Amino acid sequence: MEKFDVIVVGAGPSGNAAAYTLAKAGVNVLQLERGESPGTKNVQGAILYAHALEEIIPDFRDSAPLERHVAEQRMWMMDEASVCTGMTHRDARFSTPPYNRYTIIRARFDRWFSAKVKEAGALVICETTVSELLRDAQGRVVGVRTEREHGDILADCVILADGANALLGSRAGLRREIKAEDMALVAKEVLFLPKETIDARFNISGDEGVVIELAGNVTHGMVGTGFLYTNKDSISIGIGCMLGDMKRQTITPYQLLEGLKRHTAVRPLIEGAEMKEYSAHLIPEGGLKALPQLYGDGWLVVGDSAGFVNGIHREGSNLAMTSGRLAAESLVALKAAGKPFDARHLAEYKRRLDDSVIIADLKKYADVPDFLHNKPHILDVYPRLLGNAAHEMFMVDGQSKRAKQQKIYAELKSRRSLLGLLGDAYHFWRAFR
Amino acid sequence: MHIAVCIKQVPDSAQIRVHPVTNTIMRQGVPAIVNPFDLFALEEALRIKDRTGARVTVLSMGPPQAEDALKKCISLGADDAILVTDKAFSGADTLATSYVLAAALRTLHEKQPLDLVFTGKQTIDGDTAQVGPGIAIRLGYQLLTYVSRIAKIDVQDSRIVVERRAEGGVQVLESRLPAVITMLEGTNTIRFADMPGMFTAARQQTQHWNREAIGITDLTQVGLKGSPTVVAQVFAPKPKAVRALRIEGETPAAMAEAFVDKLFTDYPQLEEALLEHLDQLAAQEQQS
Repeated sequence: MEKFDVIVVGAGPSGNAAAYTLAKAGVNVLQLERGESPGTKNVQGAILYAHALEEIIPDFRDSAPLERHVAEQRMWMMDEASVCTGMTHRDARFSTPPYNRYTIIRARFDRWFSAKVKEAGALVICETTVSELLRDAQGRVVGVRTEREHGDILADCVILADGANALLGSRAGLRREIKAEDMALVAKEVLFLPKETIDARFNISGDEGVVIELAGNVTHGMVGTGFLYTNKDSISIGIGCMLGDMKRQTITPYQLLEGLKRHTAVRPLIEGAEMKEYSAHLIPEGGLKALPQLYGDGWLVVGDSAGFVNGIHREGSNLAMTSGRLAAESLVALKAAGKPFDARHLAEYKRRLDDSVIIADLKKYADVPDFLHNKPHILDVYPRLLGNAAHEMFMVDGQSKRAKQQKIYAELKSRRSLLGLLGDAYHFWRAFR
Repeated sequence: MHIAVCIKQVPDSAQIRVHPVTNTIMRQGVPAIVNPFDLFALEEALRIKDRTGARVTVLSMGPPQAEDALKKCISLGADDAILVTDKAFSGADTLATSYVLAAALRTLHEKQPLDLVFTGKQTIDGDTAQVGPGIAIRLGYQLLTYVSRIAKIDVQDSRIVVERRAEGGVQVLESRLPAVITMLEGTNTIRFADMPGMFTAARQQTQHWNREAIGITDLTQVGLKGSPTVVAQVFAPKPKAVRALRIEGETPAAMAEAFVDKLFTDYPQLEEALLEHLDQLAAQEQQS
């Protein structure tokens, strides 16, 4: 039977980061991926945050397939089909290399990353699904069982980078099953448009790109947001809401997405585009409180499988890559010190996570999921109020500005009591401070 | 016994899109697969290997990334994989492709004599079914196309009996070896690679043969230069949308009546012809 130092299950950002870092350090590593090639099962918006990748492959910009660097960020509050209030942030510093954020197309990016993993010396095998973890009599994880004949493979440590469903950990009883309340479901389309059309519609040129975050009524009052990113010659558009909310409201993801695409503020941007790709995926957005056990005897969990997603800032793939790197670095350090990969020593991984931006940021927003869960009107009432207030102030119709202010205030009060307002503000501050 | 299987890496046609502006095929993000028809050829070769211990070598002409397709064949049980690759070979049509593959097969034959060459019946991206026959003619091998079953192989006597699907029936053909067989689809089911096979494929170094390796010196025969096929124009036919007519009615009989009414209004000649026919029938009945 084949035996490796480490088996990495999954070839997404976390798995690739782990396998790359391990192989670079000379560790005998096998990476298993169920997709036909890395990237075929993966879905992301997608924004690449340069920093996390730079820590792993410093010169990634020379070869990675990047679409556009993000030069402008827009945030839109949407109301009914015709209202949109927002802000734009454009700063020349974001258009000065080295760029901080890029739009990417994961199918291409993941292939590139996987080629790097192979170059580094890892053995990568695709189209192979890991069905369960192999355990010894003491319950230690000692390898994996694949769905292929003669499919058992041994390893001193297994890194679970198996994605949002986290099936392996659940099946092995290493964690509780994932809950709908902790999961967002996102539907996304890639729409083709010629580069010149995109440049003209979004007021950009060269490799500049625009990111639009969309919140408000487009989610039908459910906790969630939409996004629109410009790639070189396509647009990624998507919308996601908490799975628990969708279950209750019985709205399908594609209905949400169709609604978003029909919105007056969005429709002209995607007019005439041809759909190239349709995908949907789960995102673990339970935050700090939903994190599972992160390590044990002979195993570590990284990326989406561990729930490392910052839903507020839309960060996931960077946290995935960082956690993959930290897992690998922990193993490399233990191996160098001649320490076994048991739970006591793998606690090193948790220590490194605690010192990293991953846990720091998840801690900061630990209360946000509960806050949004308990106050769903936040995403419905306030965008509407904002939209109406903007309409009132921009409409020149002979009424005095003071009268307009009073009207806005009256509407505010009719929607939320003064106490309700204060309560919202307090909880908002508590959750986001 | 030595069997060569010629395969091609093709874009998964189920996922191909046409560029709305340039009308060219957009291969970005479209997964590359082994031409599905070639898998029937490979499986048949592997079954002969299982029975007789034959050696199976997989061959492909293509760019360096076609190595993935060859590795897939190794994982399924092929012994060797050769990628015939050279910048001069790009842009080849079926004539130039069969020229290069025949040269590669000749080189392979010198290393270990060939008994059989398998190809799929055609590729899903070219759909011509010309490369297999082209190879056979150039090598002077027997040509057996659209084979549905290998009934018998006699290596000692260098003879093979195959069933070939032809219009209106099945031909049973006996031929001498070496022969080129183009395998029909649906004739077998490709096996699922086991884990040791996956490891072998992941570790195997595919051999790369360039034009020197297969002794090609005449560059007018290969690649774009060796290809008389010219793509004059590429266009996506505009889909014609005709609104379907809805025929309403309370009962099936009423609907049928409304339908016939509509039909006769739109095509009066139809009604005329029918009435004429009915008159004739009535006249015949009277006579008899």
